[in-house]
Amino acid sequence: MNLTLRVWRQKNAGDPGRMVEYPATGIIPDMSFLEMLDVVNEGLIAKGEEPIAFDSDCREGICGTCSLVINGIAHGGQRGTTCCQLHMRFFKDGDVITIEPWRAKGFPVLRDLVTDRGAFDRIVQSGGFISVNTGGTPDANALPVSKVDSDRAMDAAACIGCGACVAACKNASAMLFVAAKVSHLAQLPQGKVERTQRVTNMVKQMDVEGFGNCTVTGSCEAVCPKEISLDFIAQMNREYGRAILKGTK
Amino acid sequence: MILDSKIPSGPLAQKWEKHKFDMKLVNPANKRKFEVIVVGSGLAGASAAATMAELGYQVKCFCFQDSPRRAHSIAAQGGINAAKNYQNDGDSVHRLFYDTIKGGDFRAREANVYRLAQVSVNIIDQCVAQGVPFAREYGGLLTNRSFGGAQVSRTFYARGQTGQQLLLGAYQALSRQIGNGNVKMYPRTEMLDVVVVDGHAKGIVVRDLVTGEISAHAGDAVVLATGGYGNVFYLSTNARGCNVTATWRAYKKGAAFANPCYTQIHPTCIPVSGDHQSKLTLMSESLRNDGRVWAPKKKGDTRRPDQIPEDERDYFLERKYPSFGNLAPRDISSRAAKEACDEGRGVGPGGLGVYLDFADAIKRLGEETVRERYGNLFQMYEKITGEDAYKTPMRIYPAVHYTMGGTWVDYNLMSSVPGLFVIGEANFSDHGANRLGASALMQGLADGYFILPYTIGNYFASEKQPKPNLAHPEFKKALESVEAMTKRLLSINGKRSVTSFHRELGKLIWDKCGMARTQQSLKEALARIPELRAEFWKNVKVTGDNSNLNQDLEAAGRVADFLEFGELLCLDALTREESCGGHFRVEHQQPDGEAKRDDEHFSFVSAWEYQGPGKTPLLHKEPLVYEEVHMSTRSYK
Repeated sequence: MNLTLRVWRQKNAGDPGRMVEYPATGIIPDMSFLEMLDVVNEGLIAKGEEPIAFDSDCREGICGTCSLVINGIAHGGQRGTTCCQLHMRFFKDGDVITIEPWRAKGFPVLRDLVTDRGAFDRIVQSGGFISVNTGGTPDANALPVSKVDSDRAMDAAACIGCGACVAACKNASAMLFVAAKVSHLAQLPQGKVERTQRVTNMVKQMDVEGFGNCTVTGSCEAVCPKEISLDFIAQMNREYGRAILKGTK
Repeated sequence: MILDSKIPSGPLAQKWEKHKFDMKLVNPANKRKFEVIVVGSGLAGASAAATMAELGYQVKCFCFQDSPRRAHSIAAQGGINAAKNYQNDGDSVHRLFYDTIKGGDFRAREANVYRLAQVSVNIIDQCVAQGVPFAREYGGLLTNRSFGGAQVSRTFYARGQTGQQLLLGAYQALSRQIGNGNVKMYPRTEMLDVVVVDGHAKGIVVRDLVTGEISAHAGDAVVLATGGYGNVFYLSTNARGCNVTATWRAYKKGAAFANPCYTQIHPTCIPVSGDHQSKLTLMSESLRNDGRVWAPKKKGDTRRPDQIPEDERDYFLERKYPSFGNLAPRDISSRAAKEACDEGRGVGPGGLGVYLDFADAIKRLGEETVRERYGNLFQMYEKITGEDAYKTPMRIYPAVHYTMGGTWVDYNLMSSVPGLFVIGEANFSDHGANRLGASALMQGLADGYFILPYTIGNYFASEKQPKPNLAHPEFKKALESVEAMTKRLLSINGKRSVTSFHRELGKLIWDKCGMARTQQSLKEALARIPELRAEFWKNVKVTGDNSNLNQDLEAAGRVADFLEFGELLCLDALTREESCGGHFRVEHQQPDGEAKRDDEHFSFVSAWEYQGPGKTPLLHKEPLVYEEVHMSTRSYK
């Protein structure tokens, strides 16, 4: 396959950045999208040019590091798939492919396709946990949890924190990410103790970080590689409403 | 260097309790006066950093990823072992201990393994309290499954994402301490050197991967939780960023490296599809519960699998190991697949693959049941290969997955450099020559939550070391050497890319020191690696500069270390004249082709001490003394 790539290049946070066109030749359909970029980068290095910087680590769809907007769609448009698991057989010979970083105020670009997602960490630091110290915990079977609750908590906990939901949202809202964590913990008896304070703090931090509001367009759910359901946003709103009624600050 | 394992006296089952009592304590008000540096934020690093911060220590935690939540622990699929005996099937601490020792082919330290089995039960309690959504029964209690090498069901799991959920639990505990101000987190920061002052680890030198700034950090102790070295093979199931740099540079500062030749090759991975391949993907061990492994009987048989009649197929695991069949342990299954391919009976591109066939299972159980059990894995397989495993057998081939070797540590998890602790996959201590499934997560969390936080206090309380001082000349020296290496890498401006060197090294190690090793192959590797290294330092091309994010430069430093480490790996494999676990020396096998261990001459840990550039490292032997278990030959026939 021979393709044309239009890639966002930006030397650092201070550089205005621009789209640059590169040919990608001799691409094999069995390559992953990131391996295709590896090939292009090897070609750039051979010419003495700086390779395209992009984030990736596990390359099996679980670490949440890779983060490319491909042809305008976060992770490229194959349902339930991170871009590291997107393969070139998904494209056609001769395609022109546009590759951009996550675009959101909360995720400043560090270089080329690499963004700073530290905002997500800070949201978790504001309350996305259960406050237990190591040791002194009761036996794991001392507190039965219904399978329904446990499974639903797991559905929410499957979030890999990649940020595609923010990148896809026209408001750059982080609601799906925050909702997944709030719902995971609120669903379990262990997490219920702190539920009002948790949701209040996390929503506050989400706003501080510059993420927009949710207008329920559902684009986040459509691109989520773990197919986290929009229902969790509803659950978070209920949690938040509950916290307001309880006067949590 | 004198290696003292510091194993406490007394009966095996009481060693840890006794040791906990004997260790000196730091009073709660004094803990805040100690600063601990933790490098790595996977299961071991995050759990250690969080727990030490809870205790009151001042903690700084560093990771090269963009967030501590991305460490490679996240990719573990299957589960975590614990001797809870919730299934009432006869499990116990002693049984988990014994299975682990036997699985490791009697090459692990007995006292460490026993302690691991003891604290395994606390790990599950801790994780449940944190909100880890382990799988449950309808009655609300936790459920278990079984894994290779065990006859009881003791594996706890969270769908196929156990590593992810455990890591998120530890990450959340860590995040809580970051939010409280007890841990200062440094993401996108890579450790490039350990600073040793008067024989004690007193700090590290790091590079900020965004700005390129190189800086030093002082601490009363340094903890490395930096994972394994599987990427020395270039292609492995490890994440792209996994590297040996932290433990290697610690080795060059005096921390002995133990058993590097113990590498685990996992039998069921998706085969390499071409030269472009950047990593290999694991297909969970659980697939072998229902899939049958086979290769054509005829050499060079290029027919489609459905056109090969039953009597022309060789179900080699069932043939060779009738009592374990397709569930033979990892090292043994991997070697059997390699043998079939070596005989020219491999399938797929390059003949490097065997079939994992579900046709019988689908006939017996129906496609729906198979889909329920393994649907996500079949889907992953299809994404990568474009093939439908419900219709045609999967093609699988062994791949490097885990490394049992690592920095030598004593019972307190302290390396041969006082004040430098090493935990998780980065150390060598618990898995011997072969790790059992679902035991890596257990060890990472045991070290981080329940062992290191105790033993580090003992170091502080008994050593009474002077406070670390950034002004000490050793810090300046370390900074200068890191800066010089960075400058040198950027100035070579040769013709070959960093990746091309890594690929060549990986292929060499895989061919010469992979699933089967011979004296000759190892000698060839030992001759070739220094040449390749010399070429690297003459001809590598590293683009860009040091004042911006530069992934090429990051990779160059890691590959430079792999080019040195690879030599130690092969040297260790050459000197271990026996076959055990993941280390198979062709010269040492039973008449039927099984591994032949030599307890009389090789019942020891090989710990290598650095002697300076270009010099052969010095081998120290820590004898393995078994008080409780009787060493026997592993048989799975």
